[in-house]
Formats: sequence, structure tokens, C-alpha cells
Amino acid sequence: MFLQHLLNGITIGGSYALIALGYTLVYGVLKLINFAHGEIYMIGAYLGFILISLIPAMPPFLQGNVILMMMVVLIVAAAICALYGFYLEKICYRPLRGAPKLTPLISALGASIFLQNFVMISMGAKDQIFPQTIGMKTITLGGVSFTLLQLVIIFSSIALMALIYWFINRTRLGVAIKATSTDPYMASLVGINVDTVISVTFMAGSFLAACAGVMIGLYYGSINFTLGYLGGIKAFTAAVLGGIGNVPGAMVGGFLLGIIEALGAGYFSSEYKDVYAFFILIAVLVFRPAGLLGKGVNERA
Amino acid sequence: MLRLTDIQLLYGPIEALRGVSLEVAEGEIVTLIGANGAGKSSTLKAISGIHAVVGGSIEFRGQRIDGLPPHEIVGRGISHCPEGRRIFADLSVRENLLMGGYLLPKSETAQQLEQVLAMFPRLSERISQAGGTLSGGEQQMLAIARALMCKPALLMLDEPSLGLAPIMVAKIFETILSLRQHGLTVLLVEQNAGAALEISDRGYVLEVGSVTLSGDSRALRSDPRVVQAYLGG
Ligand SMILES: Nc1ncnc2c1ncn2[C@@H]1O[C@H](COP(=O)(O)OP(=O)(O)OP(=O)(O)O)[C@@H](O)[C@H]1O
Ligand SMILES: [Mg+2]
Repeated sequence: MFLQHLLNGITIGGSYALIALGYTLVYGVLKLINFAHGEIYMIGAYLGFILISLIPAMPPFLQGNVILMMMVVLIVAAAICALYGFYLEKICYRPLRGAPKLTPLISALGASIFLQNFVMISMGAKDQIFPQTIGMKTITLGGVSFTLLQLVIIFSSIALMALIYWFINRTRLGVAIKATSTDPYMASLVGINVDTVISVTFMAGSFLAACAGVMIGLYYGSINFTLGYLGGIKAFTAAVLGGIGNVPGAMVGGFLLGIIEALGAGYFSSEYKDVYAFFILIAVLVFRPAGLLGKGVNERA
Repeated sequence: MLRLTDIQLLYGPIEALRGVSLEVAEGEIVTLIGANGAGKSSTLKAISGIHAVVGGSIEFRGQRIDGLPPHEIVGRGISHCPEGRRIFADLSVRENLLMGGYLLPKSETAQQLEQVLAMFPRLSERISQAGGTLSGGEQQMLAIARALMCKPALLMLDEPSLGLAPIMVAKIFETILSLRQHGLTVLLVEQNAGAALEISDRGYVLEVGSVTLSGDSRALRSDPRVVQAYLGG
């Protein structure tokens, strides 16, 4: 039973981690919590829904191949969401650069409300049911049951995390994100265009959040325009748990939160599933505000 | 090569530069001296574009550069190694250097890294260490090395000797001289006015945001006003 919960926790935790990375990366470069990030994740889920609904119209070689199809859907949804992230920053945050810290927060709330309503009006307020097309057959192995889809989700989350880790540590633009996070002033003195780095950071975070949205949508099977709110707060919790601004922290925090939630739902009560995240958020803020992997005391989240 | 004409710079209501004019010719080492708060660092900030000027003009190689964003000014060949070193503490020495060469074509990065490391062998030994864990002197070397990574034509150094042991100071000044031999032009800001005037060709004295004296370094060194105010005579 434990292994079953663990596996479910990892499946969902991978998505929390992907969304949490967006919070943490943006916090790094701007020292700002992008509270509209949950909406990007929600839009990613809807884009996934739209693309998967289009599957019957896709070429047959795609339809037969779960992994290939998953990749196409993820990449297209994520690329579109990266544009959402780009414009979100450009429209809602860039004009407020240098304004008091509360101002971009209000702007974020405005963006959230706008994006939710935009999706509600264009896609409807009802739950949308994902077509159950791919990898739904249950496999049981040593008492643990899972679907092929679940394995693909876990694998994709890990691959995406490896990709972003590689990007940040091994590419020039990625290292520039780290440099901008430590000292934007010095970053511009070495010739980094800080505005470009900030845009890239939003796009990368949105890319990952969209992937999480598609995967969560497929996993739970239904989505709603309000899903960005809870998902956003949970992933924010994961980012704080790992230490906001800390990239490995967001990954650890995401998996940990997913696992705690799954174990809590399995052993205590699944009714309270969504409450555990808030317990953790409060506990972290009280006992270890810098997070598990965060360094000492610097700025408060 | 560089000409500042009557530049003015404000920090809110504070007038830090009140019409500074100065020139740096190709291949020169020029020193800016002045008391604390005179506006030396502000002058460098104006040139590198990190703080916008509100009046006057800055020309580099015949083209106006005031108003350009800092990354474009770096691209034109001006590298600013600011006050306080500002090493990227969490980045490794290698990453710090690679960031210094951010605007370099990818094909030239490895070779430039090698050249810069040859000048500062100590940094090669620390190449994978986080920048923040280096000693003060090593951090200063890293700051200079990083500023050299973009193959600048003009290097601006803001108090490179601050807080270093005498032997390190001597080494830094030696480095500046050898850089000039390689064709680099240097604009140097120093508290250590005696040593700076010794290695430089010309100097400017700044007082509360204006140039009050300028000329040949040798002449400045024997000018009674300079001796009294800056050389502890
Ligand atoms: N960020 C800032 N905000 C407000 N005032 C500033 C700022 N930076 C500098 N100043 C003011 O501008 C004036 C010139 O400062 P600047 O840093 O250019 O002096 P400096 O000659 O480099 O001095 P030091 O030798 O102490 O480094 C000072 O009066 C200083 O207080
Ligand atoms: Mg200064």
C-alpha cells in the first residue's frame, strides 16, 4: 500500500516541482512572487485538452505512439504558454519595475482574474473531461498498480527537470540567469541584457508549468478554469518548502509535497488532501522560513 | 578615444557630477583621484551607462554612447570593473569568467579564457570553486580577469587596490602596466593616489562633482595642492 501511495505521490509531485520551478526562477531574477503563475499552468492544461481533442484528426503514426504523441502535445502546449509568460511579464510586470513591492502583487492578482475569466468565457465554466485516449490500461506489478500514462508522466517530469537543470548550469544564457539572480547590477556590467534574461526566465517557467498542466489534466482526467488557484498555491508551497530561489529546492519540495499529500490522503483522510499543503506552508514559514535547501536568512518570501 | 563633455549625474536630489569633462586617449593610463564622495565612481557609472546622465555627452571612438544600455556599451569595448568587486558569489570561478565574456562569440570564449587564466594562474587553481569562497585578493584578481574576458579596448577599474595587502597592491598595479603593454587603455580610480599617479600617464582631480585639476601625472605628483590633499604631504 505504501508503495502505491508513494508512486501516486511521485506522479503528482513531479508536476508540483515543475510549477514550483517557475516560481523559484522568477523569484531569483526579480525577487518577486509571480502569483499569476498558477493561471499559466491552468492555461497549459487547457491547451493540452484542446490538442488532445484534436488527436483523432492527427496523422495515424502519431495516434498509435503514446510517447511521441505526449511529446508533441507537451511541446506545443508549452511553447504557446511560454508566449503567455513572455507577455505576462511584458504587460504586467515590466512597466512596474522599480515600483513598491506591493504594486506588482496587485498587478499579478489582476492578471490572474483576467486569465481565469478569459478561459472561462472561451472554454466554458463547466469541467472539461479529457478524452481518455492514451495509455489508460492498468498494469499491476507486485501489488502496485499504475498506468502506462502514469509512467510517461513521471518520466517526462524527470526529463524536463534534467533539461532545465542542464540549461541553467551548462548554457551561457542559463548561467546568465544565475548571475542575474545574484547581482543584476553586475550582470548588466558584464554585458548581459537583463531584460532579455527576465523574459527568458518567465518563458522557461511557463514552459514547465504548461507541461505540468497537461500532465495533471491527463492524470486526473478533468480540468476546470479555477484549477490554477489551488495548483498555484500548492506549487508555491513546494517552492517555499525547498527554499524560494533555489532550483534543486523546488524539485525536492515538489516531490516531497506530492508524496506527503498522497500518504496523507492514503493513511489519514483524502477529504483533507488539499489541506496538507497549507499545513506544510505554515510549518515551513514558522520553523524554517528559508526552506529546506535555502541558505540562512536572506529575504522573506 | 573617450571624451566626456560637461556630464551631469543625479541621485534623486543629490547632484553627484556637476559638469565633468575629461578625455582618455588610446593606449593611455588615466587616473581619477579625489576624496570620498567626490564623484569618481559616479563618473565610471556614467560611462558604462549603469547610471544615466542628465546632461552633457559621452563619446567613444567618435560615437555618442550616453543613453545606450550598459550591455551595448560593453559591446562597444568598454569594460567596467566596479567598486567592491561584485563577484557572483554562488557561481564558480569559471562561470564568473564566462559571464565576463558573455558578449564574446562562442568560438572565441575558450581561447580568451585560456589567455586570461594565463595572466592569473592562481585563478586556474580555483577554477571550480565558488567565487564567494575566494580570499579578498583572489576576488579582486577574479574581478579584473572577468572584466578582461570581453576583450575590452578600455578597461575602467574602480579602486582595485582597496583592502588588499601591500604585496597584492603591487601585483595589481604590475598587472595594469602589463595590460597597457598589450594595447589596453585604462581609466583608473584610486584612493591610493601616489601609486596610481606613478603608473599613469595623466590624471584628473575631482572635487564635489567637478574636475579641479588635471594634467600630466608627474606634474600632478609634484603639485603642492595634490601633495597636500592626496599624497599626505
Ligand atoms: N546610489 C546612490 N544614491 C544616492 N547618492 C549616491 C549614490 N551613490 C553615490 N551617491 C552620492 O554621490 C556622490 C558621489 O559618489 P561617488 O560614489 O561617485 O564618490 P566616489 O568619489 O567614488 O567616493 P569613494 O571614494 O568614497 O568611493 C556622493 O556624495 C555620494 O553620497
Ligand atoms: Mg567610489
